[in-house]
Amino acid sequence: MSADQFVQYLMSGLTQGSIYALIGLGFTIIYSVTQIINFAQGEFVMLGGMLSYVLAVEAGLPVPLALIIAILIAAGVGALMYILAIRTARRASVISLIIITIGAAIFIRGIAGNQFGVNAVSPTPFTGRGSISFLGAYIEPQALWIIGITFLVTILLYLFLSHTMVGKALRACAVNPEAASLVGINTKAMALIAFIIAAAIGGIGGVVIAPMAMASYGMGVMLGLKGFVAAAVGGFMSPIATVIGGIMLGIIESLAVGFNWGPFTSAYKDVIALVVLLLILLIRSGKLAAAERAA
Amino acid sequence: MRNYLKLSLFVVMALALVATCAIGCGGGTDEDQEAYKIGALFSTTGAQSNLGVPEEYTVEMLVDKINDAGGINGHPLEVIIYNDETDSTKCATLATKLIEEDEVLAIIGPTGTGNSMAIIDIVTTAQIPLVSCAAGASITSPVSERYWVFKTPQTDKQVVTEIYVYLQSIGVTKVAIITSTSGFGQGGKTYLESEAATYGITLVDNQTFGSDDTSMISQLTHIKGTDAEAVICWDTDKASAVVAKDMQTLQFTIPLFCSHGIANQDFIDAAGDAANGVIFPAGKLLVVDEVPASDPQKDVLTEYRDEYLAEYPGESISTFGGHAYDSLYLVVEALEDLDEDLSLADARAAIRDNLEQISNFVGISGIFTMSATDHLGMQPGSLALIEIVDGTWTVSQ
Repeated sequence: MSADQFVQYLMSGLTQGSIYALIGLGFTIIYSVTQIINFAQGEFVMLGGMLSYVLAVEAGLPVPLALIIAILIAAGVGALMYILAIRTARRASVISLIIITIGAAIFIRGIAGNQFGVNAVSPTPFTGRGSISFLGAYIEPQALWIIGITFLVTILLYLFLSHTMVGKALRACAVNPEAASLVGINTKAMALIAFIIAAAIGGIGGVVIAPMAMASYGMGVMLGLKGFVAAAVGGFMSPIATVIGGIMLGIIESLAVGFNWGPFTSAYKDVIALVVLLLILLIRSGKLAAAERAA
Repeated sequence: MRNYLKLSLFVVMALALVATCAIGCGGGTDEDQEAYKIGALFSTTGAQSNLGVPEEYTVEMLVDKINDAGGINGHPLEVIIYNDETDSTKCATLATKLIEEDEVLAIIGPTGTGNSMAIIDIVTTAQIPLVSCAAGASITSPVSERYWVFKTPQTDKQVVTEIYVYLQSIGVTKVAIITSTSGFGQGGKTYLESEAATYGITLVDNQTFGSDDTSMISQLTHIKGTDAEAVICWDTDKASAVVAKDMQTLQFTIPLFCSHGIANQDFIDAAGDAANGVIFPAGKLLVVDEVPASDPQKDVLTEYRDEYLAEYPGESISTFGGHAYDSLYLVVEALEDLDEDLSLADARAAIRDNLEQISNFVGISGIFTMSATDHLGMQPGSLALIEIVDGTWTVSQ
């Protein structure tokens, strides 16, 4: 592997990792506030991607406006999903609620396949196609947008959670929901806010990914899985750990292709992601059990 | 008064029912004849939906056409189409449903190689003929184990050979391949590996990707580090478009060859100007205007294209619809020689025997002559080498 190639693998891994991180953030926010793993997270990404194409290319809206509307619609779907599917079943166990999210994912995917058609679409990149040369590596302008927006979203989310009243209330729910409700925090409203933020971040992910990787009604499944791994690395609790987890995953996948030796080949790229997930779950389950014994 | 109103409403509705039946039941075909029921399995959603949708459209169009013309020997044709969602488990369930509940005479489809392989045992055990719309050569070979199975698309082996012959003719010897982990991709990979030596070609890199992957930059970076003189990508349109775009990003200067899996407008739409210069072998349908009038397929190709575009304005022509055309008409051809009043099992066996007898059937993908040793029966000369120039297909020179 030459130095140029190494930089190329890193850049490619960073781009992919940023995508995973952005999706993982949605998992983390909802989980930390509600203990629900939302398997419809990938569908918000799909909605962002498909809607950005429908609004900008088919309906001919100006691109920035189309992107904002796409993200708002995705956020709205997140809110509806909470109000219609999750809150109405709030007495059910967490496991049942997680299964409801799987149902919601299939529902959203089905509607999308019906409404948008089944073909993959390719929205126009924000700042044109082509490739930028960087330290001997080539990168698409859109990849820079992906990396940049992931960092921006992470920073904004961090500031929101640590410096605003609502953000602090969300964290309080994450730490101890009962205590939070005792001090007057409306935990149901917080859960709704968590779903809206997660869906909006998913939508943002969709609109930035789609010009590079194309969008189709079924894209949410694989992306959701990768985002889940990123969130699992972060223990579903910390946005920063999720972002680091996602980027690590992307770089590991990319370098595995570069080694091209033994099990480290492109054929086992996805296997590597799942092995990472299994290792983390094994290590963490020990820790969780210890925490339960201590409690 | 109210009762009178109710009664007259009832009478009007009854009349309307009779009238619709008279229109619906009386059209074209003989009322006494039982409908011939055929099953179809297409992937109209999921990863291969770009292939499955034109197949479904084609079959729906042709069924109407056949019935308007009086059906098959007076029997109306009924095709029950199920969507397997590009999922082989679903496909197997639906195949069983077609065989046992719907009691169809024969099955056309499935769309994909993986799904076709998944139901071979089912149709063989149930003893019902299957005419697959998928490319994999293993679907009909070894023919001794594929007594009930036929197929219509060119095999991956034929397409690989077409590319290798061309590469040999332009003096390319070092090739990098990048294939999908799907059934289709792995089929292509097998023949790309096994046929290379015959044409003096060395595979200097061998990468794979998942059909849903969002970037192939890493694999292509590895290929770029080799001395490959051409890249061959094997998958359907979406992932192949990502490969084409990523090659453009990485500023590759060597040409990209693709499989016949990109033979639709969706590839060109998705890849944009990265599609230009991509070369792939496919049926002549895409370049029908450039096919010489002396070609026996010319009329069939032109007619199918014109009818399809008239029936589905806004759609574009694809060779996958052509595979469904061939599969359906092969079965129709077999039904035309079917004796009356056979039991279901005997009818299925007779259709299989008739399929094996078909010779010189001029279809969309090629000219078919089936035999006991060849359940594809495609005659040579069915493929054209197509290059994408300025976003349209042209015959590669």
